[in-house]
Amino acid sequence: MGLDFTVVPAWIDTILLGVVWTIAITVAAAVLSFVGGILFAVIALYAPWLVRQPFRLFTWLFMGTPLLLQLFLIYFGLIQIGIDLPAFVAGVIGLGLHFAVYNSELIQTAIIAVDRGQMEAARTLGLSHSQALRKVVVPQAVRDVIPPIGNNMIALLKDSALVSVIGVTELTLSAQLAIGRTYRPFEFYLVAAVCYYIINLGMEAVLRRIERRIALSR
Amino acid sequence: MSDTQNFVEIRNARKSYGYIEVLKDISLNVERGQIVAIIGPSGSGKSTLLRAINDLDPLTGGEVWLDGVQVNKTLPHRQYEKHINQMREHVGMVFQHFNLFPHLTVRENVTMAPRLLKGISKEEADQLAEEQLRHVGLLDRIDYYPSRLSGGQKQRCAIARALAMKPKLMLFDEATSALDPELVEEVNLVMKKLAEEHMTMIIVTHEMDFAASVCDRVLFMDQGYVVEEGPPEVVFKNPKEERTRAFLRKHLGANK
Ligand SMILES: Nc1ncnc2c1ncn2[C@@H]1O[C@H](COP(=O)(O)OP(=O)(O)O)[C@@H](O)[C@H]1O
Ligand SMILES: [Mg+2]
Repeated sequence: MGLDFTVVPAWIDTILLGVVWTIAITVAAAVLSFVGGILFAVIALYAPWLVRQPFRLFTWLFMGTPLLLQLFLIYFGLIQIGIDLPAFVAGVIGLGLHFAVYNSELIQTAIIAVDRGQMEAARTLGLSHSQALRKVVVPQAVRDVIPPIGNNMIALLKDSALVSVIGVTELTLSAQLAIGRTYRPFEFYLVAAVCYYIINLGMEAVLRRIERRIALSR
Repeated sequence: MSDTQNFVEIRNARKSYGYIEVLKDISLNVERGQIVAIIGPSGSGKSTLLRAINDLDPLTGGEVWLDGVQVNKTLPHRQYEKHINQMREHVGMVFQHFNLFPHLTVRENVTMAPRLLKGISKEEADQLAEEQLRHVGLLDRIDYYPSRLSGGQKQRCAIARALAMKPKLMLFDEATSALDPELVEEVNLVMKKLAEEHMTMIIVTHEMDFAASVCDRVLFMDQGYVVEEGPPEVVFKNPKEERTRAFLRKHLGANK
């Protein structure tokens, strides 16, 4: 049987709802990964040894194991110890922390690369070490890694499809639902692919705007 | 308590990096309103001495006193941090490479510390920025980012940033050394203006003419020692030490 896209319009609501969930989970996880990335970077570089060591184990866990497994662990595993998270929340936490660890690596490198004179100038004015980090060093470091962090966020969008396995009806799962009823995998997977592509374009446009804004202050 | 006639007092300062001693028992007194120049060959310890005054490079021996308070006193870590941050609010510092905050505008560079540390309002901060930038002749660049300023403008902005904390003492570490020759004068003029306003200043410099024209006293350092000190007329025109003479022959010869 050939391609027949006439079945698509009847499922457009389902697909669009999937798009909305995908955007929602991507934006929420991106924010978490950004804020978490900064926090993790500061912990990794400046926290006392006793905090840093267990933290490194945690980092290793997120970098060294599949995201899919992490999502299972957070959604199904935590129930066992009495933490019953809604699938959406579990998905945001899993995706967000996973990418926070990657963002943290970028930000750590950037923090180390900020000129030593910046910290000195801030301290000379009377700022404490943490004030100087917050107001002077970290903002510059983050600014320097916005492009690679942007790439991570595009990867995050694509990996958001994984949360379908814990039952969040985002774009991929919505397409699967439509396929289950219509037996038209090729059509609906193609539609989903086009939707991802469009969201991707939107994200890239936003990132370019942010990068342009930053370029103005250089 | 220290004897209070000395505004800045350095007693037997020593500093070592490992086995290398870069400050060897240096003592220095500066009165309120005095301007002291520190000259000497590169590597002689001028920056280290200057940076010991606000504890940016802590001494390994000796004491630094400012206005009757010991800067480098022994305290538990947390208390020391608090104490040193408070001390630093009173000591402005200007660096050779400006160290402006590139992610902030000129206005924000000037007001960031006072807003954070003195809790002034946005209106007060704007007023402060305008006042300080007018003082250094940079009011028309108030909303520029540092990247769009010339070297001389950057350094004047850095001076305004330091002055915005209303320091009692200003430290200059080769403030004009990184500037193109034609931009040196605008920075020197700002420093002269501060001198006329009786700001207490300690100035590390390679510009002998400038040192001679604004300073009350000149220190010549070499290899971690203060070799010679006195009024500029004496140190520049009639130095007692052979090492001072050799240094000046090199550095004055170029200008005159
Ligand atoms: N962090 C450091 N570690 C080791 N040696 C240093 C350090 N900072 C400065 N020195 C050494 O201390 C000496 C004095 O340096 P400095 O105070 O910068 O001299 P100046 O400002 O007079 O050029 C130099 O020999 C320099 O190599
Ligand atoms: Mg120096």
